Order: sequence, then C-alpha cells, then structure tokens
Amino acid sequence: MIFGLPIISVAIWLPIIFGILILATGGDKNAPLARILALVGSVLGFLVTIPLYAGFVRDTSEMQFVELHDWIARFNIHYHLGVDGISVLFVLLTAFFTPLVVLAGWQVIEKRVAQYMASFLIMSGVMIGVFTALDSILFYVFWETMLIPMFLIIGVWGGPNRVYAAVKFFLYTLLGSLLMLVALIYLFNQSGGSFAILDFHKVALPMTAQILIFIAFFFAFAVKVPMFPVHTWLPDAHVEAPTGGSVVLAAIMLKVGAYGFLRFSMPITPDASHQLAGAMIALSLIAVVYIGLVALMQTDMKKLVAYSSISHMGFVTLGFFIFNAYGMEGALLQMISHGFVAGALFLCIGVLYDRMHSRNIADYGGVANTMPIFAAFFMLFAMANVGLPGTSGFVGEFMVVLGAVKVNFWYAFAAATTLIFGAAYTLWMYKRVIFGAVANSHVAELTDLTLREKMIFSVLAIMVLGMGLYPLPFSEIMHVSVNDLLVHVARSKLPL
Amino acid sequence: MDLMTNLMPAGAEIFMLVMACVILIADLLIKQSGRLVTYMLVQLTLLGCALITVGTHESGVVYAFNNMFVDDLMSDVLKLLTYLAVSMMLVYSRLYLTVRGLFSGEFMVLALFATLGMMVMISANHFLTLYLGLEVLSLSLYAMVALQRDSAVATEAAMKYFILGALASGLLLYGMSMLYGATGSLELGAVSDAIKSGAADKNLLVFGLVFVVSGLAFKLGVVPFHMWVPDVYHGAPTAMTMLIGSAPKLAAFAFVSRILVEGLQPLVQHWSGMLIILAIASMALGNITAIAQTNLKRMLAYSTIAHMGFMLLGMLSGGIEGYGTSMFYAVVYVLMSLGAFGMIMLLSREGFEADTLNDFKGLNQRSPWLAFLMLLLMFSMAGVPPTVGFYAKFSVLNSVVQAGHVWLAVVAVLLSLIGAFYYLRIVKLMYFDAPESHAPINVGSDSAFLLSVNGLGVLLLGLLPGTLMSVCAVSVQQSLLLH
Repeated sequence: MIFGLPIISVAIWLPIIFGILILATGGDKNAPLARILALVGSVLGFLVTIPLYAGFVRDTSEMQFVELHDWIARFNIHYHLGVDGISVLFVLLTAFFTPLVVLAGWQVIEKRVAQYMASFLIMSGVMIGVFTALDSILFYVFWETMLIPMFLIIGVWGGPNRVYAAVKFFLYTLLGSLLMLVALIYLFNQSGGSFAILDFHKVALPMTAQILIFIAFFFAFAVKVPMFPVHTWLPDAHVEAPTGGSVVLAAIMLKVGAYGFLRFSMPITPDASHQLAGAMIALSLIAVVYIGLVALMQTDMKKLVAYSSISHMGFVTLGFFIFNAYGMEGALLQMISHGFVAGALFLCIGVLYDRMHSRNIADYGGVANTMPIFAAFFMLFAMANVGLPGTSGFVGEFMVVLGAVKVNFWYAFAAATTLIFGAAYTLWMYKRVIFGAVANSHVAELTDLTLREKMIFSVLAIMVLGMGLYPLPFSEIMHVSVNDLLVHVARSKLPL
Repeated sequence: MDLMTNLMPAGAEIFMLVMACVILIADLLIKQSGRLVTYMLVQLTLLGCALITVGTHESGVVYAFNNMFVDDLMSDVLKLLTYLAVSMMLVYSRLYLTVRGLFSGEFMVLALFATLGMMVMISANHFLTLYLGLEVLSLSLYAMVALQRDSAVATEAAMKYFILGALASGLLLYGMSMLYGATGSLELGAVSDAIKSGAADKNLLVFGLVFVVSGLAFKLGVVPFHMWVPDVYHGAPTAMTMLIGSAPKLAAFAFVSRILVEGLQPLVQHWSGMLIILAIASMALGNITAIAQTNLKRMLAYSTIAHMGFMLLGMLSGGIEGYGTSMFYAVVYVLMSLGAFGMIMLLSREGFEADTLNDFKGLNQRSPWLAFLMLLLMFSMAGVPPTVGFYAKFSVLNSVVQAGHVWLAVVAVLLSLIGAFYYLRIVKLMYFDAPESHAPINVGSDSAFLLSVNGLGVLLLGLLPGTLMSVCAVSVQQSLLLH
C-alpha cells in the first residue's frame, strides 16, 4: 500500500479499464483518440508499477504488497495478490513493454485500431495478474484470460496464415492449462480446502502423486515456455502475429511458463522435480543445441528469432533444474534479458517489414547503406542475442553455464555451444540483411528510423546495455527469494 | 390437513393454470394486430407466478396433496429461474416470430403450459406427479415444434420428437411400474425407505432402475439416447429450439435429482455407474460430432449433448456438493444457451435464418458489440475464464475429484478441449473472416438489449460467481436427502 492504494490491483486494473475506454471510442474514425488513450494508459500503467520496485524490501522472501480479499467463499478462493523477488521484475517488464508495443503499432495498424490497442492493454493487465496471483484459481483465471486477447491479436491483425496459427496457439495452450486445472483441484482436496499457492507449497504428497502433478504442470508450463518437443506452435504464432503480438509473446508470455515452474512445479512437487530433473535438463539441452541448429536454417527472419527464443528459453529451464543459486538467478536474469533482446529484435524486424512487407532474409541486403542508424541499433541487439559481454545477454548465460559446471561439466559444455550457434545464426542473418551491396531497388528506397522508432530503440538499448554493464539492480532484488526457494526445493515433501 | 395448507404451496401452479386458460380464451377476442396484449399478459403471468412463488416461500420442506407435491428452497429457486428463462425466451422471439407469422396466441399459451409442466416436474414428490409434469411439458413442446405447419423440416422434427418422446415416456413408466412393484409405493420418500429397509427385491429394483435411467437419458438427450436432439433443434423454428434448449434443462435437473437422489439414493452405486457411461459417451460424441456441423443450431444441439453429459458428472459424483454443482451447471448452461439462440434470432430477418456458421462470418465488422457478446457466450460455453462457464466446469470437476474419480476429471477435461475447438471456430468466423452479407442488424430492439444483459451477465457472473454458486449449493442442501 502506498498512498492508501493497493498498487498491484491498480497495476492490473488500470490498463484493463483503459482498454475498455479505448473500446468505447468505437470505429476507426476515432483512431487518433484510441491511440492517445492507449499511450496514456500504458505509460500510467508502467508508472504505477515503479513503487513495487522502489518500495520492495530486499532482505525477505515473504510476499510483499499483499492484498487479500474473499472472492468465492464456497471454494475458499481469494482475491490474493502479492509479489516476491521472483515475480516483481516480471511485473515491471510487462508494464514496461506495453507502451513500446503501443508505439510500435502507432501507424502500422490502420484497421480496427481501438480493438488492437485495447487488446494489448487488457492483456498487459491480465499478465501482471498472472505474475502476482497467489491464489491458484485466480492465477488460472488470469492465465486463461491471457489467451483470449492474444488469440484475437494473432487472428485479426496477423499474416496470411494467421487463422491456423491462432487456433494452434489457443488449443495447444488450453490443453496444458486444463490438465493443470485438474492438478489444482486435486491439490485443493489434498491441502484440506485451500487454493492458496503458498499452502500448496506445504502439502506433503507421495511420489506417484507428485510425479503426476508435475506432469500436469509440465504440460501447462512447457507449452508456454515453450520446451522441446511442444514448441511447434511458437514459430507459427510468431511468424503470423503482428509485430506487437510477437514482442509481447517473446518478451512476456514465454516468461509466464518459466515463472510457473518456479511458482508451482518446483516448490509443490520438489521430489518429483529432482526425480525428473534429468529429463528436464535433457529437454532443455535439446532445445539449446538442436533448436539452435534449426534456427541456422531459417530463411524467414521472424522464424529465426522465434527459434532463437526457444533456444534461449532452453537455457532458462536448464538453469532451473540444476538446482543451484547460480543457475536459478542466471535463468531469471536470462528471462529478463531475453525479454529486452527478443522484444527488440522483433521490433527491428517489424521496422523492416513495415517498409518492405517482407520478412525473407533473401529480399534484403545492404540495408546499412540506406538505414545506418537502424543498422547500429540492430547490431547492438544482435550482439546481445549472441551473449556478448557488456550486453544483458551475457550475464544470464554466463551464470547458467557457471551453475551447470558445478553439476556436470558436459551439461555446461552442451549449453555453451549456444554461444557458437547463437553467434552463427544471429550474425549470419545480420550480415545477409544489413551488409553487402544494396540488393534491390526496394532496399535502395528505404528510409531510416523515424523519431518514434528511435525513441523505442533508445529505451531498449539503454536497458540492454545497462543490464549488461551493471546487473546488480536486477539480481539483488531476487537473491533472498531465490535462496529461499532453493532451500524449500531441497527439502523432501514425501509423507513420513 | 385443510384445503388451504394444501393449496398454498401450489399457488404458483394454480395461478399459472388459471391464467393460461384465461389467456387462451381472451386471445380469441384479440385481433392479430393486438397480439402484443396477449404477450404482455403472458409476461405479467410469469411475473405474477414469480411473486407468488416468493410470497408463499416457507423455510424448510413443505409437502402437500398427500406428499405428492413438495415445496422446498430448490423448487422455488428453480421455478424462479424457469420463469426468467421463459420470459427471456418470449422477449427474444417476439420479433422473430412476428415476421414469420408465428406470433400467435397458441404459441404463447403453449409456452405457458410448458412452463406449468416444468413447475410440476420441479415440485413433484411422487412418480405420478413427475410423470404428469413431464407429459404436460412434452406435449406442449411437441405442438410448438409443429406450429409452423407449412415447413416440412419442422413437421419432421415434431414427428421425430413426438415418437421418440413417447417411447421415452413409455420406458420411464415401465421402469416406474417395476419400482412400484418392488417397493409398493409411488412416493419418492416411501420408495427410498422401502429400498433402505432391504425388503424390496433387488433384481427387480435394478431392472426398473435401468428403465428409469434410460427414460431420463432420453429426456435429457444424452448418448446413446440423443438421436432426436440434433433433428429437433435444427428443424424447429429457433424460438421453439430456444425453449426446448433452455428452461426444460432446469426442470430436467430437478427431475433427475428427485428420482435418483430422493427416490433411489440407496441404489447410488448402481446408477452412478450408469451415469459415468452416459456422461463420457455424451461428452465424447457431442463434442466430436459438433466439429463436423455447418449449421449452428445443429452444432448447439451437439454441444447440448456434451453439456448434459458434463452436468451428469456432478450428479454421479454423489454427495450433496455434487448435486449443487450440477444445478449450478444447469443454470449456467441455460443462461448461455438463451444467449446463443437469442443471437441467432437477432441476426435472422424476414425470410432468412442466420443459423449456418457462415452467417457469422465477419460479424465483428458488421457489429463489434454483438460479436463481442457472442465471443463471451462462446468462450463461456467452452469453459474459458473469466466467463461463468469456467466456474460451472470447475465446480463440477471439483466434485468429481472429491469423489475420488481423478481419471474421470482428466477425461472430461480432454473432451472439453475438443469442444473448445468448435466454439473457437465461431469466434474465428466472427473476427478473422470477411462478412458475406452486409444486411443491417436491428440492434435497437428490446431483444438486442436483453442480449447485452445476457452476454454481460455471463462475464459478470464469471467475475463474481460466488453468490450464484452458494444459492445453488444451499438450495440443494436444504431440499434433497432430508429423509
């Protein structure tokens, strides 16, 4: 509470209310008003989350800014919100990206502007809800609601194959979620009638139950991350989604799955997590290595970055399931960094696409000649994607590799290959698009970044460099919560 | 017992019967142009019934007419919801029927008689009363389906409905007669006591139970007794389909819970096994077949089959919690189904039925508001939060897990995933496709307003579902299993 306001509720509902207001502006003749409302709403939405960071008490793993109200008394379901060191940064990340996405769609989106902007604002509020819900049913409601605006964004404003991608996205994620729902209901009955996530953490469970619950959660979260082999929806969704959709998908929505592992799978079923860690690490390494190679083969820029996202998220899940502080903190930093970097890369591709209406690498070449400022920004983000020291991408990857060495040298070895593959596919793409002679007349006619685009990229560049050079503000806030989680996960929950 | 104590609990039924007869006669004196008067009278009758039902409410369970009739909290709540559903049906269908020349006195009087049948079913405490209510309802519905005399499809639907309905009634009666033979009573409480005492012949009881459950399954339209549902839903004029697909589900819930829970609770391990098979088969066939439909009314028919299967899951899990969730599911389903059929009627116009999936193409471009309402209704049917359909599924799943059938919950969840696909397709058509027709939509009418309330209700109840859940749970708790 600051100034008597429940900050988390404000952070959730402010964008949603603005979203409804924007919808009320009606048809496309009021598009300018819709755009301005969206910008105001998203900027306000970001500003209200700042007290969460500023007022966060660093030396406790307790939930902070807690709000607890009765919601559905019959099932003992509460409107229960709060943040700890693990979730607080994602709330900020979500709110941070919304204004950028609004700006990115400022001119490009011409049809049904109000619905487009409203979808993003409502989705932003709902995603903050996912990160802050402490009641599992509240979490589930936010989790599922998140699908609806994303489904519409891909399907209405997406590319040629948008319908297929939207339906695939929805059904894939719904499959996972529904199994999770059954697991939550089972836990409700085991915990003596509570849906509170923190109560679930304390429930003792036999091994078979733990493994089944872990698998149910795995479906829900692995699909979102996405882990190999349930990753196939992501390239489709990314390719078809409009730029803003891709940015939110990569920067935030993938993180939701990884967050679920930390909040649900590991603390609720610690023994199963240890038991199945080998499989999880194997899947993560497959994602890192194999998907990295797949990315190398892509001819479509968006697909390439999509595969690169899967590969980077493999790092994250690897970091979680090696169960040490380096791995877990590294994974969390990697998640945030990947949010900035992948978001920025999709915005870069969006800039090119808006001008050329092609995502094909072969259609480009020599862009540096016509768009030098853009080329510089793109270079920075590409390097961050590779994990160059000094950029945000380096910190997380380095820590995860460090953590992996402590467990098994070969894990670290396999994971470290990403530094080579990542460099290969990112820089090769960069070279083919940006350098060389001007490939065709369309490239020759390209205009460099507008002021609006420069602003977006500058903000992101500051974050990427800032986090790379001085990651302490990001890591210190999660220390205590991560250590506490590791202690919790190390304790067996098998009934005696 | 003196006369008044008998008549009081049945006050609403008596009022309904009297008014239906009065309106039947009064309507003879009204010209077609003044049909609105009849319509207002019918709405007032429903309002009057609601006032009487509330006014004669007494705490606890009141029996009347030698225990043939029961007035308890569950019956009052279900009756109020029935009036509401019928009243909404009339609002939705007024314009639709007017342009088709079906907005007649007969339609409205038959709707009142159907309502009377439902009320009797809801309050029955005796096999004969149950059967009486069921037949009053069914006969009115057969006639309503056949009301459009010059339509071959409607006539065919009425014929199928009648023949299969008669067969189902026969099965039900046959089963009841066996139960009577075994227990020597037709009163639900006495039947239950007789079974508990162990004096009744077990084989005869179970044999009778099979027939009763088959008859109920026919009336509910669950697999393998579902054949009539798609044809009737498709063939009947949409207003009639709406009536068949909405309020009677509440009465059917009461019917099933009275017979199985109040009458045959001691045989629970027998009937819950049967219900598991019926429920799984319905959810599987309903959801899978719905995918192949191109007609929205047929699709909704298969979706009803699946929903009724889901509702049975709450019944079979046994225990008072389960019955409460079943009732909640039925109420929520009625709300969603009213909205969906209301949308079809709103988009239809003279000489044109908006009942194929293609009619919904590009609705977002024609009317964003209606598209949004339909989106809410479809996501609610699919069980996606934050709509109330999610809580209906959630509470049923909860009682299934509580009863120890985790595997059944997983099966139900996987089958509803299949269901999500075809609801999603409607959303896809509305939002992602270009419209095929640009005919103006009459969004200023009373039915459009009601549809907005209905659609937003699905969302609001989804944000705050606690009250309705508690009402259902409490009314079941205070009514069933008291003896």
